[in-house]
Amino acid sequence: MPDITREEVAHLADLARIDLSDAELDHLAPQLAVILDSVKSINEVAADDVPPTSHALPLTNVFRADVVRPGLTAEEALAGAPEVEQQRFSVPRILGEEA
Amino acid sequence: MSTSTTTRLMSFDEALEKFDPVMGLEVHVELNTASKMFCGCPTEFGAEPNTQVCPVCLGLPGAMPVVNEKAVESAMRIGLALNCQIAEWCRFARKNYFYPDMPKNFQTSQYDEPIAFDGWTEVEVDGETFRVDIERAHMEEDTGKSLHVGTSGRIHGADYSLVDYNRAGIPLIEIVTKPIVGTGAKAPLVAKAYVAQLRELLLGLGVSDVRMEQGSLRCDVNLSLRPVGQEAFGTRTETKNVNSLRSVERSVRYEIGRQGALLEDGGTVVQETRHWHEDTGVTTSGREKSDAEDYRYFPEPDLVPIAPSREWVEELRGSLPEPPREHRARLQAEWGFSDLEMRDTVGAGALLLVEQTIAAGASPAAARKWWLSDMARRANEQGVDLADLPVTPADVARVQALVDEGKINDKLARQVFDGVLAGEGTPDEVVAARGLAVVSDEGALSAAVDRAIEANPDVADKIRDGKVAAAGALIGAVMKEMRGQADAGRVRELIIEKLS
Ligand SMILES: [Zn+2]
Repeated sequence: MPDITREEVAHLADLARIDLSDAELDHLAPQLAVILDSVKSINEVAADDVPPTSHALPLTNVFRADVVRPGLTAEEALAGAPEVEQQRFSVPRILGEEA
Repeated sequence: MSTSTTTRLMSFDEALEKFDPVMGLEVHVELNTASKMFCGCPTEFGAEPNTQVCPVCLGLPGAMPVVNEKAVESAMRIGLALNCQIAEWCRFARKNYFYPDMPKNFQTSQYDEPIAFDGWTEVEVDGETFRVDIERAHMEEDTGKSLHVGTSGRIHGADYSLVDYNRAGIPLIEIVTKPIVGTGAKAPLVAKAYVAQLRELLLGLGVSDVRMEQGSLRCDVNLSLRPVGQEAFGTRTETKNVNSLRSVERSVRYEIGRQGALLEDGGTVVQETRHWHEDTGVTTSGREKSDAEDYRYFPEPDLVPIAPSREWVEELRGSLPEPPREHRARLQAEWGFSDLEMRDTVGAGALLLVEQTIAAGASPAAARKWWLSDMARRANEQGVDLADLPVTPADVARVQALVDEGKINDKLARQVFDGVLAGEGTPDEVVAARGLAVVSDEGALSAAVDRAIEANPDVADKIRDGKVAAAGALIGAVMKEMRGQADAGRVRELIIEKLS
């Protein structure tokens, strides 16, 4: 039994709004299973005395003061947009509802 | 879309006889920090689209976020004011979803480690106290704003969307209650009172503008029904887009009626997001609610954990304003309001407005009079919250000052408010533009009184005979001639003088 099923990959693709064909699912699902398996090997290295870690640095409370700093102009911000209208990013029709 | 025009509603009373409502309220508060949560972009409302953005809030590759310390401080002060515990150590998490309002494809939020948790507050409705337990208050960021362009104007019919990221990354605090039980028929009012009190508390803390109509305070209402006497909760719906105090109350009432009818007819409530429609006063079905696991939360690797020292927490606790209950008791004593007057003021959502009007120089009685009678009627007619009327406490105080100075009377004051509400400017500007000052020219007044006496000899005779109450008819005639712009008290004095 692989760690990730074909159905789970289809569901993930749906959440990511990627349209996968049956052939692509057949192709990708086993690949993802292999990747998960490889990552899992880390579990074997970690002994009981190694707590789960999310950050590599032993730091806390890294803050910035609440000060406004210049950002981008609208022209700069929109420079890479495929389509622009009314000084806004024009994006394809929404698939489904707002999150 | 299941926009059902055929939705059957059970009457509120019948629903409450059969079912016991359970509510959960989620309030999102935009903080009023100068800069965004993770970048230095400004947060001003109403700027030109995409002029308050940078690589961080646009989610450009390689951009690194840094936490705004003031936002963390505000989050902790909110938590403390709600009697919460403050986490000794907590992290941000990525909430993954794919929607163009979040260009990073995730929202930086907190998941199972909120900065504040396990709190409570008490709200009063009609003299009865209800305890609301707070599950958590966590930090996150706001999303961009989408404008849906298309023929039908609905999201589903939109051909494409236009996105403005000015709002993306503005610090948000989400405050989540535990299930609120035992409110029965008071449920809609308890929900409204809770949100109203939260607004007061946030304003007192100075952490947010709490303008519901601008979206800096937004409420989602979770509601389920269970048969009276049953312990287990029913299936709940989450109503979004509830953006005024009166909508909070109305949406709770609506869902009670809708779910009541559904359950009575043997149907089941679908666990889903529903959208509140302010104009029609109904909720419609949105998407089915995603499981938390669909968001694939994981700790945000780009932000190190937050571990507020206990000294910091205690320092913030020491900076809190007095709690709402004490605050109200003190105000009531200061203002000399009866319990009923105070209750009406709070119930109308006018406490802050009255407080600010008094601070701007009006007497407590005058402040209460204007907000609870005149302004409440106008807000009701327009279907908006009092706070959303385009008139400020300073305007009300100024109008009262003009009355006190004898420049206008109450009748003219109402016309001044008409002008202010119509966007004609400040009270003084409206008085000048509309020529509303009362006539203080004694000669003109005296002549008008003489004419009124001459035109109404029989009334004048009655007054001469000592029937002073008849003076009303003459005062009316004078006021009519002066088009309302006279001091009625002075007119009365003149009539009595001339006829005695
Ligand atoms: Zn930015």
